[in-house]
Amino acid sequence: MVEQVSNVTHKYLRPKKTFPNVWCPGCGIGIAMGALIRAIDSLNFNKDDVSVVSGIGCTARIPVYLDFNTLHTTHGRAIAFATGVKLANPKLHVIVISGDGDLLAIGGNHFIHAARRNIDITCILVNNYIYGMTGGQYSPTTPFAKNASTAPYGMIEQSFDPSDLAKSSGATYVARGTVYHASQLSRLISQAISHNGFSFVEVISNCHTQYGRLNREGSAVKMIQWQKEYAVPASAAARMTREELEGKFVTGKLHEVFRPEYVSEYQKIIDKFNEEEEENRQLQES
Amino acid sequence: MADTEKVEVKKKWKKRSDPVVIYKKWCKACFICVEMCPQKVFDTDRDGYPVVTRGLDCTQCSICWLHCPEFAITSSEK
Repeated sequence: MVEQVSNVTHKYLRPKKTFPNVWCPGCGIGIAMGALIRAIDSLNFNKDDVSVVSGIGCTARIPVYLDFNTLHTTHGRAIAFATGVKLANPKLHVIVISGDGDLLAIGGNHFIHAARRNIDITCILVNNYIYGMTGGQYSPTTPFAKNASTAPYGMIEQSFDPSDLAKSSGATYVARGTVYHASQLSRLISQAISHNGFSFVEVISNCHTQYGRLNREGSAVKMIQWQKEYAVPASAAARMTREELEGKFVTGKLHEVFRPEYVSEYQKIIDKFNEEEEENRQLQES
Repeated sequence: MADTEKVEVKKKWKKRSDPVVIYKKWCKACFICVEMCPQKVFDTDRDGYPVVTRGLDCTQCSICWLHCPEFAITSSEK
């Protein structure tokens, strides 16, 4: 089946999995998955050197189709598992891919503490503003005054800005892309993977089945073209005022700094203790 | 000479007439390719699935297969 269609993406799909995939027709998660595959392909990694970890949700179905070392873990704990994978084998390129409900609601503490530790994990958040799989409940990123099945009269809570949260928690690379700008998204993801430290990429996606239906935003195509109108490049946003930016989101690379990385610091402690042990042994022998 | 030229022309024509291939078994008819194609290469068939009807207009801009969520579109030239 896979041999019939020759494309970059098909090299990295599991051949025994049944296609078409489980997502609704037109779901942006498929586009984000294609961008992730193209990003990994552009970096020329071996398939065994990449590990993709996910939790529970629509987005967390991505590793099921990918032919890397994959983990499909419990709800919200994807980063906890990924930290273990990275510490056990620091050579692996660990990528966490998660939805907004998975990563920010139930796994919020894992997320901010992994960002604080600055462990070398790439975290991709596919933000579709709602819990899609379980029936359209509001998530921490549902915008103010928008409808959800558990907020039929409009959302009265304020929402998270995931990129700002990651930046203030201490992530050293923060970027935001949309599924409309698919080639820019794969470029941002490849930059995030090659960055040494906790890197975070927020992907604005569409959920026309739940969010679009409850807020009358139209079909999948309309929602994806909506992203084009409301996305502002980071270079243009620097020249705009706060009032002009209201209701819009900034795309591109938002933040990049360099700080000591957790795994290499941990390795330094191990090396230090090994040296001391060796010295003690030599003293005892002499 | 004439024969080889003919064959080359035929090959070129074949290449141009089918610039992108849609694998219908994987397609879910979400119409992202139909709506987003700047050259309007696609049309829908009787079942509602997209088909390539104006293949000569295709400029290989890669929008359709970058945005296909089901990985059903492949380019035959790139």
